[in-house]
Amino acid sequence: MTVPSDRPEKSSPPPPEDAVPAAAATPYEAIRAIPVRHYGRWVAAVVVVVLLGWLVYAFSQGDVIWSTVGDKLFDTQVLKGLWHTVLISVCSMALGLVLGVVFAVMRLSKNPVTGGVSWLYIWFFRGTPVYVQLLMWFNLSLIFPVINLGPIYKNDTVAVMTPFVAALLGLGLNEGAYMAEIVRAGIQSVDEGQTEAAHALGMTGARTMGRIVLPQAMRVIIPPTGNEFINMLKTSSLVSVVQYTEVLRATSDIGSESGAVMEMLFVASVWYLALTSVFSVGQFYLERRYARGSLRSLPATPWQKVKANLSTLRRTKVA
Amino acid sequence: MSTPLVKSGVEPMVKAEAVHKSFGAAHILKGIDLEVAPREVFCLIGPSGSGKSTFLRCINHLEQINAGRLWVDGELVGYRQHGDKLYELRDREVAAKRRDIGMVFQRFNLFPHMTAVENVMEGPVQVKREAKAVARERALRLLDRVGLADKAANYPSQLSGGQQQRVAIARALAMEPKLMLFDEPTSALDPELVGDVLDVMRGLAEDGMTMIVVTHEMGFAREVGDALVFMDDGVVVESGHPREVLGNPQHERTRAFLSKVL
Repeated sequence: MTVPSDRPEKSSPPPPEDAVPAAAATPYEAIRAIPVRHYGRWVAAVVVVVLLGWLVYAFSQGDVIWSTVGDKLFDTQVLKGLWHTVLISVCSMALGLVLGVVFAVMRLSKNPVTGGVSWLYIWFFRGTPVYVQLLMWFNLSLIFPVINLGPIYKNDTVAVMTPFVAALLGLGLNEGAYMAEIVRAGIQSVDEGQTEAAHALGMTGARTMGRIVLPQAMRVIIPPTGNEFINMLKTSSLVSVVQYTEVLRATSDIGSESGAVMEMLFVASVWYLALTSVFSVGQFYLERRYARGSLRSLPATPWQKVKANLSTLRRTKVA
Repeated sequence: MSTPLVKSGVEPMVKAEAVHKSFGAAHILKGIDLEVAPREVFCLIGPSGSGKSTFLRCINHLEQINAGRLWVDGELVGYRQHGDKLYELRDREVAAKRRDIGMVFQRFNLFPHMTAVENVMEGPVQVKREAKAVARERALRLLDRVGLADKAANYPSQLSGGQQQRVAIARALAMEPKLMLFDEPTSALDPELVGDVLDVMRGLAEDGMTMIVVTHEMGFAREVGDALVFMDDGVVVESGHPREVLGNPQHERTRAFLSKVL
């Protein structure tokens, strides 16, 4: 197309007066009226600020030695617990994702047996508390004292079911049940016309799933998956029940020894907030990646916003 | 009832014999007989619900027929025949046969997560295992042919309906099909965008592409079409040369339909 672009470039100065279409240039007299006064808004703002101030004051007067929070934040034991929290959360989420995709595809398959098994899995692991599931894995030796895979492998269950393995299976299988439903919803959100178009090009079912359906399903899958992961970071605090020492266990151990109970809970909270913040940023970029094509223009990253603001600042100074 | 369109001499590109199709209790196609010759532009018209889109979808096996026989280029659609027994084709075999049949949908169905040029490349690269550079070059040539050379890097959401449909035509052509199916290609378009799409189709017809077109564009059928079938309630009511059927309809149902759309 050879239509001349008369739109101003992003950063160029505004076009001269005569470039503006005639209709827009017609002078008009702006309405002058007395704006509505929103007294309610002022009252609400004052109430909220007062309550917030009172809360801060209460904490500052409480029996909390704030310096301890700072001192213990980078304690070796705490950092080790933090590493364990990240490790178990990431591994469990990875297991949950794989199981989720497998069980979602099984659930949608035409085979009634795989569909039924998938339904049963989701029914059980979503329907019982993760706390109960963790305890069940930890005590698996009561039912299967020995894990025996014939000639390949044989070992006592107690030896295999270390705290890490019990925590991984407990969190991962529970997560898989939720992820299966999220992935299924994502796959079903893709228009049937997409599958038909892919088939009409001569693609097989598997290729259509991998190239056309799943990439589009990702847009629907990622936001709840980010939620799930942030939940997982926090739910991992339950695995101390199977003797796995993650950040909450590490901090509360110090707390009960030293008597700085509240201080150590603050330490744990600071780390949980740090982790969830970091992963929220990751989620933003992942969502942006998969929004390609569905939005006319991608949302600016915080960095791009900063750059844009800086460049306008510089320009106004020059002018 | 219906006049079978049987042409002697040439091997037909598409041949239907007593094709029936039901969705549950709904009997959509009630015995369709017709032949489409190579290089022919074959138009299907009729009221909505008459089964014309369903028949089109049967040709590339997006729908499975319940009775009768359907051939494309001399080969059965969806089945293999050994003696007097029919064997269903596997997913992979059905896919292989669809490579040679291009299809254009009413709602475009472009892949929204790919740019225009990626949409056009997808078939050759994924299905024919063509090198990306080769596929891209041809994709750009095809986009140029449908008048969208400057839109190659745009995503479908950044294109108008008419532009999307022309990309969809280029995507189908990239597989170098021997037959093109058009399922109401202009029905979802704003009136002023219809012309561009019809121009592309007219160009294809002039190049000798075999085309089956389900359409409400009577002007296109009259000018470009070589054969026309009027379908109603799952049967072929009337068929012949477009100018004859549209100009001098023999059946009451055809007359009633045409009086509403012309």
